[in-house]
Amino acid sequence: MIDDTIERHIIGLLQGDLPLQSHPFQDLAQALGISEQEIVARVQALEKGGILRRWGAVLRHRQAGYVANAMVAWKVLPERADEVGQIMAGFVEISHCYLRQVPETFAYSMFAMMHARNEQQLVELVERVAEESGCQEYLVIRSLKEFKKASMRYV
Amino acid sequence: MFNVRGWDATDRQLLDMLQNDFPLAVQPFLEMAERLGIEESEVLARLAAMKQAGLIRRLGGIIDSRKFGFYSTLCAVQVPAAKIEAVAEIISQLPGVTHNYLRDHDYNIWFTLTSPTQAEARAILMELENQLDLDIISMPAQKVYKIKVAFDLGNLDD
Repeated sequence: MIDDTIERHIIGLLQGDLPLQSHPFQDLAQALGISEQEIVARVQALEKGGILRRWGAVLRHRQAGYVANAMVAWKVLPERADEVGQIMAGFVEISHCYLRQVPETFAYSMFAMMHARNEQQLVELVERVAEESGCQEYLVIRSLKEFKKASMRYV
Repeated sequence: MFNVRGWDATDRQLLDMLQNDFPLAVQPFLEMAERLGIEESEVLARLAAMKQAGLIRRLGGIIDSRKFGFYSTLCAVQVPAAKIEAVAEIISQLPGVTHNYLRDHDYNIWFTLTSPTQAEARAILMELENQLDLDIISMPAQKVYKIKVAFDLGNLDD
């Protein structure tokens, strides 16, 4: 856990929405009594340390033209997991790919989030991934309703 | 609803830069403007329009919960149709739940739970199971092969 006060404020800034102004770090810098350069340097350090995973815009997929999205869960042999994971990671249409610990009641351990511009392209994409990965057993699990989507607040 | 087709080439370049190469600088928008040879005020105005249209959810960072020391898990539960809304409401109210969806599978509610420790996540899930009187499956990531929410908007006009 990070207990440094300045660091916590900076993490808070990163999790929020950067103001659209010429000096977006100015308000926080003044509040903390440090320079804008120091804030930028600290954000760079967080990025280097891997705590800041991504820096930039978080888009709404649907408005970006990707209206057909699905979570696809694949059956994969444990010894093929890395190979399959790397193949799937290579698809630009896949944004997230994880191997998960799953219970016996749900034997699909490789999860990939897929994005396409329409239903037909989504179906074709899933077929292409199945072919290239050699994983023929999968579930296409679509979201029917979004109850909650928020960014985690760590501080 | 706005579609990316309504945006021009400069907007798409800005969006691409925001996703793949957003400057980490004291004046990031000025740097973007200089790269494109336009005024900073134009960058700010275009980004404000994209935000207003809902294309950009927010500008900022994504924190790696695991590197930050947090435990995160994808959970699923089979909920009888009549109880879906009530159960979803209870789950969404948990502060560690960031995503919560109704999905077309026997396991019909899927949510992600993030907690400071694994023990805390387990306790929250056990309490939730008791409260709902339903079994929850918890599927933490064992290995991450890709996390990247970036889209090539340049190809959308074909």
